[in-house]
Amino acid sequence: MVDPSRVPDVPLTAPGDSGGLHNVFRQRYLLRLLVRKELKARYQGSVLGLLWSYVQPAVRFLAYFLVIGVVLGQQRGVENFAIHIFSAMVMVHYFTETFSSGTRSIVRNKNILQKMSLPREMFPVASMLVSAYHTFPQIVILLVGVVLTGWSPTPYDVAAGLLGFTIIAVFGMALALVFSAANVFFRDFQNIVQTFSIFVMWSVPMIYSYERIENLAGGTVWEQVYLANPIANGVMLFQQLFWVPTVPEGSDLPPVMPDDLMTRGLVVLAVCLVLLALAQVVFTRLEAKFAERL
Amino acid sequence: MSESIVVENASKRFTMQYTKTIKQMTIAALRRQPLSDSFLAVDDVSFTVEQGESIGLMGLNGSGKSTLLKLISGVMRPDAGSVLTRGRIAGLIAAGAGFHPQLTGRENLFLNAAILGMSEAETKRKYDQMVDFADVGKFLGTPVGHYSSGMAARLGFAVAAFADSDIFLADEVLAVGDRPFKRKCMRRMEEIKKEGRTLFYVSHAPGSVRKMCDRALVLVNGRLGFDGPVEEGLRFLQYDDSETDSDDDLGADI
Ligand SMILES: Nc1ncnc2c1ncn2[C@@H]1O[C@H](COP(=O)(O)OP(=O)(O)OP(=O)(O)O)[C@@H](O)[C@H]1O
Ligand SMILES: [Mg+2]
Repeated sequence: MVDPSRVPDVPLTAPGDSGGLHNVFRQRYLLRLLVRKELKARYQGSVLGLLWSYVQPAVRFLAYFLVIGVVLGQQRGVENFAIHIFSAMVMVHYFTETFSSGTRSIVRNKNILQKMSLPREMFPVASMLVSAYHTFPQIVILLVGVVLTGWSPTPYDVAAGLLGFTIIAVFGMALALVFSAANVFFRDFQNIVQTFSIFVMWSVPMIYSYERIENLAGGTVWEQVYLANPIANGVMLFQQLFWVPTVPEGSDLPPVMPDDLMTRGLVVLAVCLVLLALAQVVFTRLEAKFAERL
Repeated sequence: MSESIVVENASKRFTMQYTKTIKQMTIAALRRQPLSDSFLAVDDVSFTVEQGESIGLMGLNGSGKSTLLKLISGVMRPDAGSVLTRGRIAGLIAAGAGFHPQLTGRENLFLNAAILGMSEAETKRKYDQMVDFADVGKFLGTPVGHYSSGMAARLGFAVAAFADSDIFLADEVLAVGDRPFKRKCMRRMEEIKKEGRTLFYVSHAPGSVRKMCDRALVLVNGRLGFDGPVEEGLRFLQYDDSETDSDDDLGADI
């Protein structure tokens, strides 16, 4: 009765065993569709659409620059303060977007997850890619700004910038994985993440320079605590690419960065990759109950 | 070496959560109310299906049919025992596909096909067949959130029915469709059966199970109460008594 030619030439497997993050990148076509879907969903019913992703950072930038730079006079202490603040803001924004939209991604796609079987990591990964997509135009604006100011980066600076971006992406992804899963069980997590996101910009050298931290806590354990933050490392590495090379040689206000920025960055990246692997383990534990809890 | 679905002592326990936020939990804990309660929706179920068999899964409402289908499709995992399948799986669970309400019918079609494992080229090749079958006309370009439930079901069935798969799961496909569409679905499922795919069909309509299936499984409160020929299964369920008004007149069947 069984037609042997119709029996698929594969072994019996447990259905829905997705195989984790690396499988996500094997199904690139599906990932692309999901990214497109996210982009569309985010700007549904809005006339300006993607323009909003420029308007918000622009307004925020102006507010910080005017209030903290001009009114509070930070500008006088930091060369090219506008670039200092904007380059940090691009990374902070990328991180908080990845983290908060990633955290909501599983719950937001419950229609699909309750009915179909696919690697569930797809959704936080798609959120991270959408955030990166939004970051790209901001980087273009930043590029225009630094070129106009006078910018001569060395290969070291370029490597630092790429490393910074990667750290932010990996760290954001690790947190988004864990929190997107936790959010299925308690929706409070998305609010916790929102609250935490407000705090992020104060924890990195954005509206103040790293020089301040060094003057305040240089050589103490507090400096190490500050530098243990992957986001701060990502931001400073990114500033090493965009802000530091705009400061002219022999300026009265030479840029201050931690001595071993690059080495530290590599260590931080390694730690973030370990965190990502742990996040994958947690996610795999929790995802077994997604469909019934959504 | 030709099994298509092997289920061994599979159980699925559901927690009925009474509380959802930390605040509610704290209040419930202070009042000494239980935070949750659990029960087995699928209880120690075992059976084996050969490639190409067509199975009618029956049982009363809440007996665990959709849950069992979710275990087979991989949407859920068993808490105990094991579920193994061979090959690609397509189908509909609980009368509907995983559609995103904000996307148009066409976008959902492509997304759904991709989730079922089809490439872009494959989807384009099958696109006309799917669209013809779904027959939602000009609404293909409007968001699925605005579809009537019948239209959403048609589109979902069309994608699943024309995707390449070795196992086809159909849960309440005929529940919301109109009469011409039901006929079309039955015809398509017979084709699927002829192609040698494994068919897992959930229905409350004895006529369609008789027509489609060569074996019946009956769930009773999550346990497998019956596994055998269709007629006996219907008798077991007492769905066969003819003095009650015929299901064909109730529209559940064709
Ligand atoms: N996510 C969930 N959490 C808790 N209980 C659930 C969940 N999903 C289903 N149940 C319960 O599990 C039991 C079985 O549900 P299921 O949907 O499998 O029934 P069914 O046999 O498909 O019924 P019907 O004929 O109405 O489609 C029901 O009591 C239902 O309330
Ligand atoms: Mg059901």
